[in-house]
Amino acid sequence: MSSLQSLDIAARSATTVQPPDIRHRPQVQEVAKLIDVSACIGCKACQVACMQWNDLRDEVGVTGGTYDNPTDLTPSSWTVMRYAEVEPEPGHLEWLIRKDGCMHCEDPGCLKSCPAPGAIVKYSNGIVDFISENCVGCGNCVTGCPFDVPRISKTDNRAYKCSLCSDRVTVGLEPACVKVCPTGAIHFGTKEAMHQYADERIVDLKERGFKNAGTYDPAGVGGTHVMYVLQHADRPGLYSNLPKDPHISPLVSLWKGVAKPLAVLAMVGTVVGSFFHYMKVGPVEAKEGASDEDDDGHGVKAEIIEAPPAPGESPPSSVPPARTVHDPASPPPRV
Amino acid sequence: MTTVRYLRRYRDATRMNHWYVVLMFIAAGLSGLAFFHPSLFFFTAFFGGGQWTRILHPFFGLAMVLGFAFLFFTMWRENVLDRADREWLAKAPEMLKGNKEGMPAVGKYNAGQKLVFWAFAVSLLLLLVTGFMFWSPWFVHFFPITLRRIAVVVHAASAFVLVISVMTHIYAAIWIKGTMRAMTRGTVTEGWARLNHPLWHRKMTRGE
Repeated sequence: MSSLQSLDIAARSATTVQPPDIRHRPQVQEVAKLIDVSACIGCKACQVACMQWNDLRDEVGVTGGTYDNPTDLTPSSWTVMRYAEVEPEPGHLEWLIRKDGCMHCEDPGCLKSCPAPGAIVKYSNGIVDFISENCVGCGNCVTGCPFDVPRISKTDNRAYKCSLCSDRVTVGLEPACVKVCPTGAIHFGTKEAMHQYADERIVDLKERGFKNAGTYDPAGVGGTHVMYVLQHADRPGLYSNLPKDPHISPLVSLWKGVAKPLAVLAMVGTVVGSFFHYMKVGPVEAKEGASDEDDDGHGVKAEIIEAPPAPGESPPSSVPPARTVHDPASPPPRV
Repeated sequence: MTTVRYLRRYRDATRMNHWYVVLMFIAAGLSGLAFFHPSLFFFTAFFGGGQWTRILHPFFGLAMVLGFAFLFFTMWRENVLDRADREWLAKAPEMLKGNKEGMPAVGKYNAGQKLVFWAFAVSLLLLLVTGFMFWSPWFVHFFPITLRRIAVVVHAASAFVLVISVMTHIYAAIWIKGTMRAMTRGTVTEGWARLNHPLWHRKMTRGE
C-alpha cells in the first residue's frame, strides 16, 4: 500500500519520535478480521477477491500435489488457503483449511526489525501496512515476522504482504476477502465485536463436540488483528503449522530494543572520550634532535633505514650505518 | 651538518593496501550504519537512497574484507600475542594516564596494536560470513529464517566491535605523534621508534 492515512499512525518503523497520531484509540477503534475455520469450505474466493481488489496477478506456478495454490505466499499472493488433512483423534479424519496471510500483530515483529523509516506503519486501528515506496529491500521484516509472512519481490526488491485492505477500511468498507466469502467464514469489525462473535461460535462448536474450540489471538505478539476460530485451539499446529505461542524472536527484540541505542552511545562515547583524553593527557611525542620531520632538510641529511642489518654485516655502534640510504634532496652518502 | 634517520616501517604496497581498506571501510561503514540505527539513516543520502545503499553495502564490505585479507597475511605473524604482551596490558592503564615510563619495551607492535589487529580480523570474518546469510537478493534464500535472525544480530555486533576498534586505531595514531607518517610516508623517525617501539628500533639499527 501507499501511505494513505497520516493522522492515525500508532507506530512507524525506524522512527524514534511519535508519528502523527492525533486520531488514536479509543475513539479510533481496534479492528479485526475473524476467520472461522470451521465454516470455511476452501473455495478460494478470498484469494480471487484479494487478487482483484489489489490488482495482483501471480505467475502460474507448479502444484505441490495438494489444493494449496500457489503453494506458498508470494509477493503477489497475499493470502493463500492451506489445506491440512489431519487426524486430531486416531481414525477421525478432518480437513482443516486455513486462510494464511498477515496476522496484523499488535506488536509487529516486521515493524520492529525494519531499518527504513516509514516503510512499515501500524495504524491506530491495528492494521500493519507496508509503505513499499519506503522499503529498501533488506529483508529484515522477513526475519522479524513470527509467522513467516512478508515476501520480497524479485523484480522490485520490495516487501509485500496483506494490507488488510487498509485502503478499503479507511473509507468504511470491509476487506475484499470478507466481502466475497460465500459462507460467512470471514468476518470484519471492531476487535471487540469479533471476539463476541467468536465466543458464540465457540459455544456452537463445543455443542458439536469440539471441546477444545477457541479463538486464536496469541498474546505473545500482543494479540492479532486477524484472528481464527479453531476447532482445536489447543493444537494450532494442526492448521498447517500455525504457531502455538508466536512471539518476536528475542534476537530481534533485544537487538532492536536496548542494544542499538547503547551501541550508538558507545560509539559516540568513544569519540568524545578520545577527545577529552587527548586534551587531558596530551600527545606522546618523541624528542627529536636538531630537526623534526617537517624540516625541509636545510643543512640536515636524511637517511632511511630500510631493513635490519644482516647478521654480522656491521658492528653495532652509536651511529650505526644505514643499509640503504635514500634522500632525494642530497647525494647518496658514502657508506 | 646533522643527520636525521628514518626507519622504514611499511612498504609502499602495504601502505596502498591499507588506504584501500580505509576507503572501503568508510564506504561500508557509512552505508551499514545507515541501517544500524534510525538516527543514522541519513547516511543513505550519500549512496543514492535506501535501495542503493542496501545494494552497494555488501559489495563495499566484500571489497574491504578482500583488501584486509592481504594485510592480514602480510602482518599476522608480527601480531601474535606473547607473554610480554600480558605485562604491557597490565600496565596500559598507567600509560593512558600519561605515564609511559613504566611500560615494558615492545617490538614492532605493542599488545594494544595486536589486539586491534585481531579485533579487525575476527570482526571482519564474522561480518563476511553473516553478511552472506542475508545478502538480498542473491544468497539470502539459501539460509533458514532462524539462522538469518542470528546472522543479523552477529553482523551488527561485529560491526560495532569493528567500528570501536577502528576508532581506537585512529585515536592511537593521533595521540602518538609521528605515527601517521608510517602510513603516509612509510617511514618513522628514529626518535619515534626509540620511544614507542624500542625493541624494533634496536632490531632495525643493530640487527638484534
